[in-house]
Amino acid sequence: MSAPDELPRWADVALIPLLNVAAAFIISGLVVLAIGENPIEAVKLLLGGALGNLEGLGFTLFYATSFIFTGLAVAICFHAGLFNIGVEGQAYVAGLGAALACLYLGFLPGYTLVFVAIAAAALFGAAFAAIPGYLQAKRDSHIVITTIMFNYIASALMGYLLVQVLRVPTQMNAETRKFPDGGIVPQFHELLAHVGLKWPVTPFNLSFLLALACAFGVWLLIWRTRLGYEIRTVGANPTAAVYGGISPARITILTTLLSGALAGGLAVNVILGEEHRLILEYTAGFGFVGIAVALMGRAHPAGIVLAAILFGMLYQGGAELAFDKPKISRDMIVVIQGLVVLFAGALEHMFRAPLALLLARFSPPAVEGQA
Amino acid sequence: METFAAFIVISGSGIRLAVPLILACLAGLWSERSGIVDIGLEGKMLTGAFAAATVATFTGNAWAGLGAGVAACVFVSLIHGYASIDQRANQIVSGTAINMVCDGMTALIGNAIWAQGGRTPQLPNSALFNAINLPFAQRFGATPILGPIYEHLISGHDFVTYVAFALAPATYWVLYKTRFGLRLRAVGENPAAVDTAGISVRALRYSAVIICGVLVGLSGVYLSIAQAAYFQPHMSAGKGFIALAALVFAKWRPLPALATCLLFGFLDALSIRLQGVVLPVIGNVPVQAIQALPYLLTVVLLAGFIGKAIPPKASGIPYVKER
Amino acid sequence: MALQTNSQVPAIELIGIDKRFGAVHANNNVNLRVERGVIHGIVGENGAGKSTLMSILYGFYEADAGEIRINGAPVRIRSSREAIGHGIGMVHQHFMLVQTLSVLENVMLGAEGGALLARGEKNVRARLAELARDYGLDVDADAIVGELSVGLQQRVEILKALVRGAEILVLDEPTAVLTPAEADQLFSMLRVLKSENKTVVFITHKLREIMSLTDRVSVMRRGEMVATFETAKTSPPELADAMVGRKVILKIDKGAAHPGAVALEARHLKVRDERGVLRVDDVSFVLRKGEIVGIAGVAGNGQSELLEALAGIRPLESGEILINGAAPALNQRSPKGIRALGVGHVPEDRHRMGLVMPFEACESAMLGFHDDAIYGRGALFDRRAIIADEARKMDAFDIRPQAPLLKTSNFSGGNQQKIVLAREIERNPQVMLVGQPTRGVDIGAIEFIHKRIVALRDAGKAVLLVSVELDEIFALADRILVLCAGRITGERRPEETNAQDLGLLMAGVSERAA
Repeated sequence: MSAPDELPRWADVALIPLLNVAAAFIISGLVVLAIGENPIEAVKLLLGGALGNLEGLGFTLFYATSFIFTGLAVAICFHAGLFNIGVEGQAYVAGLGAALACLYLGFLPGYTLVFVAIAAAALFGAAFAAIPGYLQAKRDSHIVITTIMFNYIASALMGYLLVQVLRVPTQMNAETRKFPDGGIVPQFHELLAHVGLKWPVTPFNLSFLLALACAFGVWLLIWRTRLGYEIRTVGANPTAAVYGGISPARITILTTLLSGALAGGLAVNVILGEEHRLILEYTAGFGFVGIAVALMGRAHPAGIVLAAILFGMLYQGGAELAFDKPKISRDMIVVIQGLVVLFAGALEHMFRAPLALLLARFSPPAVEGQA
Repeated sequence: METFAAFIVISGSGIRLAVPLILACLAGLWSERSGIVDIGLEGKMLTGAFAAATVATFTGNAWAGLGAGVAACVFVSLIHGYASIDQRANQIVSGTAINMVCDGMTALIGNAIWAQGGRTPQLPNSALFNAINLPFAQRFGATPILGPIYEHLISGHDFVTYVAFALAPATYWVLYKTRFGLRLRAVGENPAAVDTAGISVRALRYSAVIICGVLVGLSGVYLSIAQAAYFQPHMSAGKGFIALAALVFAKWRPLPALATCLLFGFLDALSIRLQGVVLPVIGNVPVQAIQALPYLLTVVLLAGFIGKAIPPKASGIPYVKER
Repeated sequence: MALQTNSQVPAIELIGIDKRFGAVHANNNVNLRVERGVIHGIVGENGAGKSTLMSILYGFYEADAGEIRINGAPVRIRSSREAIGHGIGMVHQHFMLVQTLSVLENVMLGAEGGALLARGEKNVRARLAELARDYGLDVDADAIVGELSVGLQQRVEILKALVRGAEILVLDEPTAVLTPAEADQLFSMLRVLKSENKTVVFITHKLREIMSLTDRVSVMRRGEMVATFETAKTSPPELADAMVGRKVILKIDKGAAHPGAVALEARHLKVRDERGVLRVDDVSFVLRKGEIVGIAGVAGNGQSELLEALAGIRPLESGEILINGAAPALNQRSPKGIRALGVGHVPEDRHRMGLVMPFEACESAMLGFHDDAIYGRGALFDRRAIIADEARKMDAFDIRPQAPLLKTSNFSGGNQQKIVLAREIERNPQVMLVGQPTRGVDIGAIEFIHKRIVALRDAGKAVLLVSVELDEIFALADRILVLCAGRITGERRPEETNAQDLGLLMAGVSERAA
């Protein structure tokens, strides 16, 4: 029963998260300084690279799309009180689903193939995520450890499949053949070309709309449906959930299924929207970015979309920055990502007490006697 | 005879691959036994490796490198410790953050200094931990069976390797035969019992976190200035997580941890050896199957199919004095 | 309160101890004098302040004001280490043992006698053998604590204190988890300690134990030290009286009850808790429509487990529950199923079970009923209907502020409880299980809640009320059952009994053989 760090609602919802992110960026700035570069200049180059022109913007939004999917996947589990570190592996296996559909169901007419491929990605991702989910629900196996293990199992499995089974026999690269046109998610620049607008070529594709739809859908699910209510109750108070007739085991399994399905969105964006074939390790750490995005966005779809765009800017801008300032390599983005997880996740309450003290100086708080 | 020679080669290779696992696994053991979950071993391993290689490059001295690697890791461990103990943070999140930050920082700073994509320059032998040949290794080597074992498996390892092997029984001894070890085991199971006995929970946990830092620092040191001769970004390649798997598989006990890490190292060496080899009955064993084996075994254990894996009771739960 | 004091310096003197936790005045200017070589009991109901007082003595908290003297010398006790240094040993209600370690290791923890265990081990083993010989405290030093019976585990707790040279032993509700035989063994051991001029402080609410074991007994009530007696010169009724006090019983206008058909019947219920300890031991009763049956008893005597079993949350080990004459089918024995059979449940702990604190009030109000069609016919919730429903309930139950969107945790205790009540009552259940309805609730809300419970009864519902507050039981119940150690020790009508009588029953002095 420590003294409650009671903060007014606005401070709780907006100021603390802002402070946490600011701390991450300030320390990143110090790192940049330490390696002998000018942080202000770096920020300018980064912003310019991300938003300065249409090409940069396109890439930024392309990356953001990936991060919306992985962020949503992590966030939905957060609501149920679960930490899903396995989005990386789940997205990877989802790619298998998409690829198998495109490679073997090419006979499907017109655009139906791509929808089947999207469904397959969701299905494969969900199934892979449900294994640790089931183990946690029914056998009490800690989902954090199992999902970490499954990331590596996914890597091994997919590596085997790509090298030994799905690889184009005449090629050296561990990747499948190119998908038929019916299994491709159109990129924006192509669509705009049809209407006469000439935009630079970027992988920014229609998955972005799917991502936004998913964000809206997740919001709707979590706060406006009965399943969402059950998920939030289990996450907030499992004892009350049992009292209320909700089964924590059932919710755990359902939530991990949904999470895996959302992870499949990464496959849609990258495999169906950009690469148009399945390649090795295509997830490129984006599953882990999802953790940072979910924490920064406080597990709310609106926050996740914003955080995803911010990270998209970091990735795209970071690439440009690394080009101009080789000393600030793309690893800087991973550092920022880690610092965001540290301050928005692990140390999220660090600023509470000092802030409460500061605010108390300026206004006497009205203390509500709590029973 | 050929099989025996192959066995020697694979075992030797297995030992070398197991060393970083042993050190990281023991590091995790110290931390988790005190109640602090540490999934940041991977990031810390990289930190230790990078610091060691960098300082060894600048000073030309392997021992300075060792000191730097250990110090850097202890520093990172203290951050995790502060977050977990004083800030009562979610220890999984903290560990994840450390992995990301360290992975990025080591590559970033390495690249900034040497501009070789994050790789540090090749170190000369004088700045490395080299093989130590035990007395009579070569002369003894001629005797059948025992000779090669002595010459290639027991002798010929570097300093860090011998330390790693000594640390397992040492950990066992400290944990079960000393006052500090008893208190540490207790605080990971029931911190309230330790508190009411008049012992500081905080001090114990910080000690554990520091020891963890030292050991995982050594694992990083081994990677960059004993096994290899440089640091390369992401060079730990998941070893930190295999060490975690080994820890769970060994049920948080030091000597089984040593055995498990040796097993995993052996499997790793075996997978390299079996590439492309067609075995009777099984056929061509995919290298990925063997690579996935440690992880699969851990999942099977966690699912309760080969006994129960019960972590220290207070693991991951921040200690708050009850009112 | 003039007692004969012996010429020796008292072992413990607590002078003017005062401690507040926020608004709760846990210890209010408490004085206590414990003579050396005496078994001194401290009694009181839950929340009387006994545990807080002992925690201050053991260094867990520091008092806001007051002085502590050990053997005549004023001391400051800021930590357990300092308490141990002054020769105070404490046996906590919830054992401070490491289940995976051996007895020897648990005893040595904190008193290892050196950096290497081997050396200290020999001494501790010798000491344990000594203690076994002298006090009959026999335990296998190498046994794993987690595998020992509860009684033996407690023995280890006592050994821990004695090995550290405790001259003063404080035991907090030690018999709560013991069988009668184990309790007797404990008492003989304590008497031996007393004969060695060690001082024993014994906290309990069981008057039988006080009478048979202690030399002196102090009574605490609502944070104050009310009286101290010489046990030989007092009696259970006098103690019970001091414990519960002559309070003005809250009277509300309650008409006579007109009990109808049996709505709920419990037959020989046995319920175990998570650790396998039997908490409800062969309980049978009937509950009729149009009556309020109050279950009185000190907290921790099986009421919680009984309620949870009736509500379908906890499984029965044996026995039957009949609702409207029929036993629920297997797939109905869950909170959802029981609810569907028309049983409402206001849980004892609204924080832990009854509400979801981070949720909006209107969302907490859906707990248990979120599938209901009134909250939305299609796949989505109808937010307006949810908010309107709660607004209506808030109006009907005078919940303030009338803000359905406010976070549940931001309401005061009384209003939170009303949110739970409104939720359960508005469903029109046939049977209502109510646990501690006015815990942490201000006086104005108490009256309101009581009136609503009586209104339920008058509408022909069957109400089972579990409460540790005797005045609440007296105010509301038409029939009173007293629960002690998982058994019903007595049944009364409120007009035929009084607080003393109930106090005795609650303290285990049963009319039937215990």
